[in-house]
Amino acid sequence: MIWSKNETLSRAEIEKIQLERLIETINRVYEKVAPYREKMDKAGVKPTDIKSLQDLSKLPFVTKQDLRDNYPYGLFAVPTNEIVRIHASSGTTGKPTVVGYTQKDLEVWTECVSRIACMGGAKKEDIAQICFGYGMFTGALGLHYGLEKIGASIVPSSTGNSEKQIMYMKDFGTTLLVATPSYALRLAEVAREIGVDPKKDLKVKIGLVGSELLTDAMRQEMYKAWGEDMLVTSNYGMSELMGPGVSGECEYLDGMHINEDFFIPEIINPETGEVLPEGEKGELVITCISKEALPLIRYRTKDITRLIYEPCKCGRTFVRMENLSGRSDDMLKIRGVNVFPSQIEEVILSFSELGPHYEIIVEREGYNDKLSIRVELVSSTDSFAVLENLSKKVRNKLKTILGLDCKVMLESPNTLQRFEGKAKRIRDLRSK
Amino acid sequence: MVAKQLSVFIENRQGRLGEVLAVLKENGVNILSLSLADTTEYGLLRLIVNDSQLGKEMLSKEGFSTIVSDVLVVKIDHKCGSLQGLLTILSKENINVEYMYGLSLDGDQASVVIKTSHPEKAMEILKAQKISTLTNEDLKDM
Ligand SMILES: [Zn+2]
Repeated sequence: MIWSKNETLSRAEIEKIQLERLIETINRVYEKVAPYREKMDKAGVKPTDIKSLQDLSKLPFVTKQDLRDNYPYGLFAVPTNEIVRIHASSGTTGKPTVVGYTQKDLEVWTECVSRIACMGGAKKEDIAQICFGYGMFTGALGLHYGLEKIGASIVPSSTGNSEKQIMYMKDFGTTLLVATPSYALRLAEVAREIGVDPKKDLKVKIGLVGSELLTDAMRQEMYKAWGEDMLVTSNYGMSELMGPGVSGECEYLDGMHINEDFFIPEIINPETGEVLPEGEKGELVITCISKEALPLIRYRTKDITRLIYEPCKCGRTFVRMENLSGRSDDMLKIRGVNVFPSQIEEVILSFSELGPHYEIIVEREGYNDKLSIRVELVSSTDSFAVLENLSKKVRNKLKTILGLDCKVMLESPNTLQRFEGKAKRIRDLRSK
Repeated sequence: MVAKQLSVFIENRQGRLGEVLAVLKENGVNILSLSLADTTEYGLLRLIVNDSQLGKEMLSKEGFSTIVSDVLVVKIDHKCGSLQGLLTILSKENINVEYMYGLSLDGDQASVVIKTSHPEKAMEILKAQKISTLTNEDLKDM
C-alpha cells in the first residue's frame, strides 16, 4: 500500500514543492539562526540567490561538528518553548548531538515513518514488536509512532532480555519485527537455543531493519534465520535529520525511496565537495525542507550511496538511494582505488568456510600499497589443495569486487579481536 | 573400520605447534605419529593419536580448526620393495594416494599412514590381498 499520494507525484510536481519549501526554509534560517547567517555571509550567498533547486549547491555544508560547536540548542530555529521533544545521539567523543522537535515536526516524522513502514509491507493488522532501544535514540520512538499511526499493534519491548522477547513474539503473535539486522539475527539464534523455531513457531513475516548497514549477505542470513518468505526491508535516517523515515525500501528491494517532499538529496565528491552527476556514487548530502526546530541545510551524512531516478515498479516516484556502500570516514584509498570495508565484508560473508570476523591491513612497500585481509577459517580440512583453492577463490572474488589484488591470510577460529561496540577492522600502517 | 587421522590447521606463527601439542598432552591424548607440512602462510599438522575424537574436541575448544578423516594404516615388512608393491596394488585398482607418512610399530614391524581416495574400498582391496591394516580400535590400545 502507498501511504501518501505525494509519493506518486510527477517529477515536476515534486520539484515545485521542493523549491517552494527550500526558499521558505533558507529565508527562515537566515533570519533566525545566527550561525547559518554567518556561514552564508562568509560564503557570499543571500537567501535571494536561491531561485532554483540548482542554486542549492551555492550554500555551505553543515557537518556534525557544527552541531557540536553549537551545543545544545545553537542551531535551533525556534525558541525552546516551542520544542516538545528532545533526542540526542551519543557521540563517541565528547558531547552528544542534540536534536529538537516541534509539534509539527513530530507529525511530519510520524508521516515519514508511516510511509516507509508501508513500503516495507506493514498493515493495520500487524502486531509490531519494536526491538530498538527506547530512550534518547530516535529509532524506537520514530518507528513506534509511525507504525501506531498505520494502526498496527505496538509491542514496545525495546532491547535486551532476548528470551523474554521470544516469549512475547510467540504469545502475542508478533508479525512484524523492528530491529537492527544484527539483533534480528541474534534473536533468531536465541529462539533456537530455547527450542523455538522462528520459521515454524513464530509468525514474524516482516522485518523492518535499520540503524545499521544491511548487506545482501546479511539479508540472506535473515531469510535463513526467519524464513524465505519474510519481507526484509532496510530503512534509513539519522537523528540529526529527524530519525528513521528519511528513506526506506519498497517490496522490490532495489534502493530506498527518499521522502523527497521533506528532504532534498544530493551526492557529492567527499573530498572536493563538488556535486556529482546523476547516478554517480559519492557522499549523501541532505537538506531538510520542512522542519521547524532543526532544519539542517546540506547536511553531510558521511554515508556513501548513489541516487536512482528511474521509475520504480512499485509506482512511487520518489528517488531511490542505493543501499549504503559504507561511510566516507571508513573509506580507504589504496593504489588510487576507493575501498569500503563493507565490500570486503560482503565477499567474506559469501564464503561459508570463513567466519564473519576479519581484519584489513594496508601497508606500503616501496611506492606501492599492499592490501592484506586476515580471516578466520571455520571449516576444517586435511588437504592443502582445499586451503589453497579457498584462498584463491576469496582473492579472485575480492579482485573482481575491489579491482585490487590482495593477500588473503587464513587464521584459526577466535584469533582475531572481537568488539562489543563499533568494530575496528582496519589497520592502516602507511605513514600519512 | 579404517583408521582416523586428526588434522589441525595452524597459521605460521611462533609457538602454534607447541600449543597444539600441549593441549593433547594435558588431555592424555597420545601421539603415535605426525606429519607437518607447511607453505609460507600456514601449515597442516596431521596426527595419528590414540583417541582422535577426544583430541578434536579439546583442540576445537581451544579455538583450533580441526578435522578427523579416514586414512589407512598399513602394516608393511621392513624389506626392500614392500612399499612399492603396496602402491602398485592400489594404483591398479584406481585408488589415488594423496599423501603418506610412516608410523613405527613394536619390534620388526613398520607401517605407513596413507590418505587415499575411497578409503573403505582401498581397505577391502588390501584385505583381499591379505595385507593387514590397523583399525581405530587397534590405535586406541597403543
Ligand atoms: Zn519502489
